[in-house]
Amino acid sequence: MSEEEQFGSTKSENQENMDDENVPRETFKVPEPKNQVDIEREQEAKLKAKYGLKKPGGGSALLQKRLQKGAKYFDSGDYNMAKAKMNNPKHPLAPKEKLLLQESIGGAIPTPSEVEHMRRPSQIASKLVSEGEGALLQ
Amino acid sequence: MAGNGGEIQWCFSQVKGTIEEDITEADIISCVEFNNNGELLATGDKGGRVVIFQRDGKGNPQYSGARGEYNVYSTFQSHEPEFDYLKSLEIEEKINKIRWLKRSNPANFLLSTNDKTIKLWKVTERDKRPEGYNLKDDSGILRDPSSITTLRVPSFKPMELLIEASPRRIFANAHTYHINSISVNSDQETYLSADDLRINLWHLEVTNQSFNIVDIKPANMEELTEVITAAEFHPTECNLFVYSSSKGTIRLCDMREQALCDKHAKLFEEPEDPTNRSFFSEIISSISDVKFSHNGRYMVTRDYLSVKVWDLHMDSKPIETFQVHEFLRSKLCSLYENDCIFDKFECAWSGNDRHLMTGSYNNFFRMFDRDTKRDVTLEASRENTKPKTVLKPRKVCSGGKRKKEEISVDCLDFNRKILHSAWHPQENILAVAATNNLYLFSSKD
Repeated sequence: MSEEEQFGSTKSENQENMDDENVPRETFKVPEPKNQVDIEREQEAKLKAKYGLKKPGGGSALLQKRLQKGAKYFDSGDYNMAKAKMNNPKHPLAPKEKLLLQESIGGAIPTPSEVEHMRRPSQIASKLVSEGEGALLQ
Repeated sequence: MAGNGGEIQWCFSQVKGTIEEDITEADIISCVEFNNNGELLATGDKGGRVVIFQRDGKGNPQYSGARGEYNVYSTFQSHEPEFDYLKSLEIEEKINKIRWLKRSNPANFLLSTNDKTIKLWKVTERDKRPEGYNLKDDSGILRDPSSITTLRVPSFKPMELLIEASPRRIFANAHTYHINSISVNSDQETYLSADDLRINLWHLEVTNQSFNIVDIKPANMEELTEVITAAEFHPTECNLFVYSSSKGTIRLCDMREQALCDKHAKLFEEPEDPTNRSFFSEIISSISDVKFSHNGRYMVTRDYLSVKVWDLHMDSKPIETFQVHEFLRSKLCSLYENDCIFDKFECAWSGNDRHLMTGSYNNFFRMFDRDTKRDVTLEASRENTKPKTVLKPRKVCSGGKRKKEEISVDCLDFNRKILHSAWHPQENILAVAATNNLYLFSSKD
């Protein structure tokens, strides 16, 4: 969480009961749906203010991210279109989409030797195995 | 030890792993799973390694520990990083899930999976070795034939216990998308694997074929609105399984009905007023985990802010809802910005199905008692490691006046999240993965 964010004291109407230790807390009082949505909409407004979202649905970025961890391009035309989309000042992209595109375009065509993960079999044992300071001595 | 009439008093038991300033990515634990009798505990990490711990002191009267501790039994490299040359994509070696098979012979079997490949591992113990061969001596060096004057009969002699793990089956190339779940059927012969859009059924003996039983991929990918987030077989009914979605629904499917289970037998969905929706509604309703209760009558689901218990006989709404960290609702904007809103938390049942547990941020985890309706927040920390000391409940203050000992929402460490945890199948023992450390907690008595 960035520390620059100033979170004004949000008057949350469904604040958890700050009871004494002796009183059993009723945490299963499910907050009123109306109040929940109000809070969410406040947050939505915050997000809109920052990034000016055009689509109300949050699903698309999420699904894209999950399914396309790294996009494929049909040909160079496709690739250039994506690149143009990223740099178009007339239609600025939401940060999520920008990030997705950036990941897929990259600066160079990766070769196995350059890809970070292509180190050969890790023979390094898991640190859970070493008894060091981990285990409790009884 | 399970099901004592009152509340459970949790105490620190053990912690595994090292304290590091800069955590090595490969050490981050990505799954935790007890085997069927709780004697073994397996963990998988981002580096593709599996570590199995075994409970010591079982039935040993001379054991001085209060109860069995878990110590390293075996460790092996399950998956390696791979590269899909066709798609120019790397395949991570991170172990997404581990599931144990029920033990039917001296060996132990487990299934471990990364994004694309599932492997069946056999873990065996060897405590004898053959000695007294004629043609070679005990170190393996060939004997000079002319020096052999008598024949001897080789026999088995005891040796230091050796644990060996070997991959027995590799189930590959059946998933286009990333595998998020595997679940062994109660028949112990088949299992399912689920990715974002499809669920496949495998037979443990067959690696070159698998049946596709659920396919939610639309003809036109532009029409895609939801993905599969988790799937599990019913613990006793071998024909039933459930899968959860990113839209907060759970579908129960019956394999007896038809080969392709695209049409659900039951759809579990909590009704929502369409006017009460926001940009975040769908994202936070995405179910990250679904687990059947041990008795098979209920299931629990975890979405971003809550844990819900469903009765399999009632699909209209959950029978219980517990708030995990409601105070985060007013922080959704920043949680979306730092991607935390997409974190996938797991949940677990206690052995007697009375309690639930799930993780949160700041190394906090939440325990819910379904009977008394009480809940508690505990922390996985090295601060209090005195044995037999009951963990102190933690409290988060969401605004207004902060009491002493409470922690403010803005001070929570969102990088220390408890996503993976497991509850011993019978006893009150918890295994909690806190990034690169594994904590074990047990109840006081």
